[in-house]
Amino acid sequence: MELSTLHYLVVAAALFIIGTIGVLTRRNVVVILMSIELILNAVNLNLVAFSRLYNGVHGQIFSIFIITDAAAEAAVGLGILIAFFRNKETVNVDEIDLLKF
Amino acid sequence: MTLAAITISSLLATATSDPVMAPVATKFFFYVLSGLAIASAIAVITRRNAVHSALALIVTLLSVAGLYLMLYAPFVAGVQIVVYAGGIMVLFLFVIMLVNLERSIKEEQYSKQWLAGVLAALCLGGLLAIVFRKGESLFPGVPRLLAEDNNTQQIGIGLYQNYVLPFEIASLLLLVAIVGAVVMAKKRI
Repeated sequence: MELSTLHYLVVAAALFIIGTIGVLTRRNVVVILMSIELILNAVNLNLVAFSRLYNGVHGQIFSIFIITDAAAEAAVGLGILIAFFRNKETVNVDEIDLLKF
Repeated sequence: MTLAAITISSLLATATSDPVMAPVATKFFFYVLSGLAIASAIAVITRRNAVHSALALIVTLLSVAGLYLMLYAPFVAGVQIVVYAGGIMVLFLFVIMLVNLERSIKEEQYSKQWLAGVLAALCLGGLLAIVFRKGESLFPGVPRLLAEDNNTQQIGIGLYQNYVLPFEIASLLLLVAIVGAVVMAKKRI
């Protein structure tokens, strides 16, 4: 079978599912942020694959925007994590429940 | 000296006689790269030590960069390596070093959200199966194009002509993120 767009979509979907399971089941905040990076990578792979299918660069430009967003999100998320760790000495999401009632 | 000159001239001769360089062994590289990406992605969410997760995530990012190269997107592949593997992962490793690991390694690693995880995996997996079964007609095979040598130029033109406003918004977003990260990580909030 010749390589087609579908092959890349399957890889991207697998990465997306793995990232979703990581976000939902892990307790360490750092690993949850890494799983979010996995999800963003899956979306990027989809965009670049479709950009190749339709023979343009618009998908690649959008994937660059998503990489920018990922960098901003990682910086702010890890800053929040450091501020939180300084107050409560934990990186466990089950103990971060101040807004729960 | 002469040998090198002969080698270079023969290389030039082959390059000019055969300008269309067809890609070789694309299937092999695709399966190796995607298998590496998925295996190390599974390692990311199953390792107990967060440093091991970060290293596995670096392997995933580099494999995805290889997939971008196979999709003829060299600029995105370079940005992926420089920004993700070089920038974001260094940030992650620094934060892992800052927060103490010994306590969190001994704790239970998985939360009690197994049901939500299994449900999400089943829904997304079902979607994947549907797309995979119908996909042959939805997404026809890619015509065999050759790599364009002005990919970066085209992306630059697109960024500065069609996507000027999103580009500026992205720069503003990065500014806000820098200020936010500095404010968050200060001693007293």
